[in-house]
Amino acid sequence: MPSIDYLAILPALVLLGASVLTLMLSALLRHSLSARVATSLSVLAGLVVLATSVAQWVDVARHGASSTIDHAVVLDGFSVVATGVIGVSLVMASLIAHDWLVRGPVSASHFYTLSLAASAGALVMVQANDLVVIFLGLEILSIGLYVLAALDRHRSASAEAALKYFLLGGFASAIFIYGAALVYGATGTTNLSAIGYFLAGNVLLAPGLLVAGGALLLVGFAFKVAAVPFHLWSPDVYEGAPTPVTGFMASVVKVGAFAALLRVLVSALSSQLTTWRPIIWVLVALSTLVGASMALVQRNVKRMLAYSSINHAGFILLGVWAGTVRGSAGALFYLMTYAPVVLASFGVLALVGGARDDSHDIDRFRGLARRQPVLGAALAVLLLSQLGVPLTTGFYAKYGVLLAAVDAGGGPIALIALIGAAIAAYFYLRWVLALYAEEPIETDRVSVGRASGLAIALGVVATLLFGLWPGPLAALAQHATLLFHP
Amino acid sequence: MNVPAAWYLVLAAVLFGIGAFGLLTRRSALIMFMCLELMLNAVNLTFVSFSRTLSDVAGQVSVFFVMVVAAAEVTVGLGIVVAIFRRRRTTSVDELSEMKG
Repeated sequence: MPSIDYLAILPALVLLGASVLTLMLSALLRHSLSARVATSLSVLAGLVVLATSVAQWVDVARHGASSTIDHAVVLDGFSVVATGVIGVSLVMASLIAHDWLVRGPVSASHFYTLSLAASAGALVMVQANDLVVIFLGLEILSIGLYVLAALDRHRSASAEAALKYFLLGGFASAIFIYGAALVYGATGTTNLSAIGYFLAGNVLLAPGLLVAGGALLLVGFAFKVAAVPFHLWSPDVYEGAPTPVTGFMASVVKVGAFAALLRVLVSALSSQLTTWRPIIWVLVALSTLVGASMALVQRNVKRMLAYSSINHAGFILLGVWAGTVRGSAGALFYLMTYAPVVLASFGVLALVGGARDDSHDIDRFRGLARRQPVLGAALAVLLLSQLGVPLTTGFYAKYGVLLAAVDAGGGPIALIALIGAAIAAYFYLRWVLALYAEEPIETDRVSVGRASGLAIALGVVATLLFGLWPGPLAALAQHATLLFHP
Repeated sequence: MNVPAAWYLVLAAVLFGIGAFGLLTRRSALIMFMCLELMLNAVNLTFVSFSRTLSDVAGQVSVFFVMVVAAAEVTVGLGIVVAIFRRRRTTSVDELSEMKG
């Protein structure tokens, strides 16, 4: 029997437990579980995950990084911080979903059973130190999300989005696990550390198998994080899925997939840097440019944010491309700051979308800040943060990955990413200007629920506070990356 | 008769390719599911062949995980298809183009 360090897997256990509890309560109670109780339970679970990650951090800082369950799961600084980010994202996503669940037709217990299980999958991904465990985490996350995307039975786009997400997600998973099988054939193990040791100590006579396997793994990841040219599903899925689910996707999936990608490249394939770097280079260049350019021509704000998140994925990949401690820390910092901002943005979209969650035209936002100054200003701050304006976290996030890339000798790719950011700036600014436009087209007010309001406020405060005072967060990302399990 | 392991790997690669090709070209959601299953089973065959050549049991264990995941995936996928069919009376992905990417 392999020994099990329960502290390491406690966050995932908590979320799975909460998911099963929600399911059992909804099955056993005579009345359906009220949204208030279910949301409280989910928020509590998210806070427990956050608290556990603090306890884990203390443990890692004292004893260093460790691995457990036959080295398949690690507990290191990187996984702990990513766990904390997922905990925060879960809390915010639950708050955003609450108002939608209260007025909407979707059962709260269904939503939370699935979202808690999916978050547990993301936690497994950030801690996984084995290709098969990454695959399991990926599938727990994805299968939950396929159903979440289909939850809104009143809009046919919801089920359509779910089918598209399912078919392309399944395709990506199959490619990923085939890559894992080829890497297993080339190195004799699926454990990331063991692959790293094997490649450091042996010269492969026929590296074709390893290269093919690694490339397939990268393609699988590129699908999951929606990097161009593997992004085609994401605008449709973002548009069709219920808005709170889209926010959940944009934050939790990105954190899980990028954490696992970093671990595969840094821990297992660091000796093959010269092979995978060109692939990542192309992904960065295409994602930043195509994501920003396609966002310009959209009228639906959910599609706009979908392309914007493709652009952001390009920037995070830039940190991955660097392949250095600084690059990984930059990518982690980007994830830490991007997750709350994108969730709060989708929180505003969910409110403006109305009870039926179907009015997401950019015109709905014209003059919003004049009618409702607080909500409008909040969205303006969130958009400016995504743009990367100084005094918001977005600026330091972009600065960090760009600097890391330049340090690693990637001047040209950093320049391309900057051009992408400049194109993206145009559509963020256009949106912000629309918020403050005269002659509002719509006159009905957007009602802001208390839970959504709290989540949006959290996102705005986080981006402004750490925008003014990024030191602690940047230091945390740096420490976390230094405490990486080899 | 002893079949070399490489042949199994080639067979698996061909099956995987057929599955991927089918998934990208066929237009019926059900056929696309079958192609997905074909891809996953090609992966299983690859794992088993490597497990045999490496004399390592870990590859065979991986197969069980892949099988469980494939079963869970197809359950959810069929659920989604049924939900769509009830609403639109079709499983052709060409007719599901409310949104344009």
